[in-house]
Amino acid sequence: MNAPKILTADASDHRVARYAAAAIVLSVAEAAIPTPLPGVKPGLANIVVLLVLLRHGWSDAAWVALLRVFATSLLLGQLFAPGFFLSLSGSLVSLLVLGAAVRLPRRWFGPVSLSLLAAFGHIGGQMLLARLWLVPHEGLWALWPVFSATATIFGTVNGLITAGLLAARPEEEKT
Amino acid sequence: MSPRLQALRGWLQLMRPGDALMLLLAVLATLYAGHSLWTGDRPELAVVRAGGKIVARLPLDRAKRLEVSGPIGVTWIEVQPGRARVASDPGPRQYCVKQGWLTRSGAAAICAPNEVTLQLEGRSSTYDSLTY
Repeated sequence: MNAPKILTADASDHRVARYAAAAIVLSVAEAAIPTPLPGVKPGLANIVVLLVLLRHGWSDAAWVALLRVFATSLLLGQLFAPGFFLSLSGSLVSLLVLGAAVRLPRRWFGPVSLSLLAAFGHIGGQMLLARLWLVPHEGLWALWPVFSATATIFGTVNGLITAGLLAARPEEEKT
Repeated sequence: MSPRLQALRGWLQLMRPGDALMLLLAVLATLYAGHSLWTGDRPELAVVRAGGKIVARLPLDRAKRLEVSGPIGVTWIEVQPGRARVASDPGPRQYCVKQGWLTRSGAAAICAPNEVTLQLEGRSSTYDSLTY
């Protein structure tokens, strides 16, 4: 008979859990803000994902981002509803974009660039899934400029907040 | 320097050169998307049909009134710069008249009883409707 396998959480697990908890709180809090269109929201959880990306690397960031999507949907009663899949596809595309963008020369492209690219990844992934599955009509693209403007504004603001947080505790930035 | 200006400078120092470029790109992409998706289809012609045949193609850059006769009477079409409407119609329910001014490319007003239709056309023909 095999010996029972004991799983212990190491430091990186605790770290991911802590960051994910912060991202979930921000997501749930901003779900209370009324918005004119689903998808037009600040996306404050992206600040946490960016922080983790720059401090601890892409795979930790991916864990935090996806845990955030699942846990937030669960808390809001949206798990496996259309909004959950939009959120998931936006998050996945955003993570792919970040995986590529994190290789840009850090001297020139800081958190604001990463944040803008992540924001556009989010709306890109959501629009693609919405167009293919939820609203299979070309008319959906008429909403694109609204989402693009949202991504530009909140991408910049979130990036600046991330840069400010990193500057406050620079020793933790991974180079 | 005022404290508010100083705070702004502090935030700006967090931007690296490529960040400013990226922000500029995002703004330009948004403006371009807004321009091409929202102002793309200005109508240019009002096409009037009676009994399915085109009786007039009126350019939308000058005002004009047109009289079209059908099986139950006379329908008046009115064109003004950038828009057109059915001004009066002998039909019993007046749907095409109540539609008011048409301003978008592809928009149509149909006076079925008198067999008169008015439709706006842009440079590229748009779909009247798409069904899945």
